[in-house]
Amino acid sequence: MLNLSLKQLSQQLREKAFSSEELTRFFLDRIRKYNDSLNAFITIDEDTSIAMAKQADLKIASGNQGTFTGIPIAQKDIFCADGWKTTCGSKMLENFVAPYNATVVQNFNDAGAINLGKTNMDEFAMGSSNETSYFGAVKNPWNLEYVPGGSSGGSASAVAARLAPAATGTDTGGSIRQPASLCGFTGLKPTYGLVSRYGMIAFASSLDQAGPMAPSAEDCAMMLNVMASHDIKDSTSLPHPKEDYLAPLDNSIKGLRIGMPKEFFGEGLDSEVQKIIEGAINEYKKMGAEIVEISLPNSELAIPVYYVIAPAEASSNLSRYDGVRYGYRTKEYDDLMDMYFKTRQEGFGDEVKRRILIGTYVLSAGYYDAYYLKAQKIRQLISNDFSQAFQKCDVIMGPSAPSAAFKSGEKKEDPLAMYLQDIYTISTNLAGLPAMSIPAGFTKGLPVGLQLIGNHFSEGHLLNIAHQFQLNSDWHRKTPKEID
Amino acid sequence: MTISQDDIKKIAHLARINISSEESILLEEKLTGIMKLIDQMQKVDTDGVEPMSHALDISQPLRADQVTESDIRTKTMALAPETEESLFIVPQVIE
Repeated sequence: MLNLSLKQLSQQLREKAFSSEELTRFFLDRIRKYNDSLNAFITIDEDTSIAMAKQADLKIASGNQGTFTGIPIAQKDIFCADGWKTTCGSKMLENFVAPYNATVVQNFNDAGAINLGKTNMDEFAMGSSNETSYFGAVKNPWNLEYVPGGSSGGSASAVAARLAPAATGTDTGGSIRQPASLCGFTGLKPTYGLVSRYGMIAFASSLDQAGPMAPSAEDCAMMLNVMASHDIKDSTSLPHPKEDYLAPLDNSIKGLRIGMPKEFFGEGLDSEVQKIIEGAINEYKKMGAEIVEISLPNSELAIPVYYVIAPAEASSNLSRYDGVRYGYRTKEYDDLMDMYFKTRQEGFGDEVKRRILIGTYVLSAGYYDAYYLKAQKIRQLISNDFSQAFQKCDVIMGPSAPSAAFKSGEKKEDPLAMYLQDIYTISTNLAGLPAMSIPAGFTKGLPVGLQLIGNHFSEGHLLNIAHQFQLNSDWHRKTPKEID
Repeated sequence: MTISQDDIKKIAHLARINISSEESILLEEKLTGIMKLIDQMQKVDTDGVEPMSHALDISQPLRADQVTESDIRTKTMALAPETEESLFIVPQVIE
């Protein structure tokens, strides 16, 4: 059961090689065994998971199963799941039990999947190392002294260590792709609006997007089939016709035009990572693709623009945590103002406070034009760069992150160094484009991911391109030695 | 743009977050660093560029005003730190 793909799990459940209860217990046992060292999960609820598995087994026995019936999936703790503690990695929501399901969670429930537990994450998804979580840092299963990346670090650690067959994540500036790269598996951030944000705790609403995290592109395609849906409860959800993302996987990629942006291969990129990425792109050449040099001239501005837009939206979104309707409230206070001030001082961690303060500053009277409006204009220029690039190529390739995983604590006190982790991923969030990270090799025993960026709604093509690589490589099948 | 102790005091007030004096000293350096990063934007000529507020140019959808969800008031009220009957309790604001 340990290394079966989602497709194989589905097939073997249907053929009754094992029951969903056996499968779910198998992964719960692994979580019990390894979570103390990895800290990948914040909440496990064995009784609920097993009850869901028993229901799934009844469905399978009656022949009524769907593709996900009985398959356990870990949910990032940013998704509300009815009756489950949903913390978003924050003291603010330490005791928050979600009263309803996020659409992503509902879609998995409807498809018959088992909720295996809620995974650890950077507080309110703000971070690139999963060290800002109120519930403690997550470890990288390839080397426990290293970070798993973030913010979906718990999901990443769980997938890499096979504590779950697959997991959900969210990506505001790279939070699916960077941890997928650092932990050595496949992650996809879809086109903005393809997956509903309803019930997904808001960080930066114009950038946040949920996506699948799993060993292979085929697994991700199967998950996206469930996750993508038009949702009237999310006004930014797009009425895109339902696609079968498994269908194009086997298409030929002969003649594929791969754009290599020169800005992604310059200063700041680790030389070993560069070699691995160039090697992977060369593999595509052998498979019949052609390489086109392209330029994304405004890409160095993506980080400055992001650190205006994301904190601005966050400062507004996080104003809801006031200690009145739900969440943490300070113990002692004199009046209402004092209650707000102390609740937010005690309930938020340092990085979240920094971003709320920056967001408040750039939106404050007199500064709006110089910062927020300016950032929105450059966001347009960054988006235009991609439109021009896609006239010359079908897909853009480069590194997912500037280096392999770094040591825990190394960048924790240096926000600017941490922000550079997302230098290659942020621009696609600003432009709303779909992008993936797929395993492409190792440096000093740590995984390195290749990033694939496509035009809007090209998820099917991206998954096809990733799958063809994975038919010719086994980087995505490697598992960490420390975890048996 | 550097961030001063006065700036921190002002924005912390707007954001309704208490900041201790020790925190404030640490924040001055970190927030100034972030603002320096952000200031890289100022060198770009954006005259005539339309601001982009959304990834895709779509209009807000409308739907019929119909009840589609079941009542979960009991469940949501139970999440509040302090309630009485169907009300959220906060410190007295009107004398």
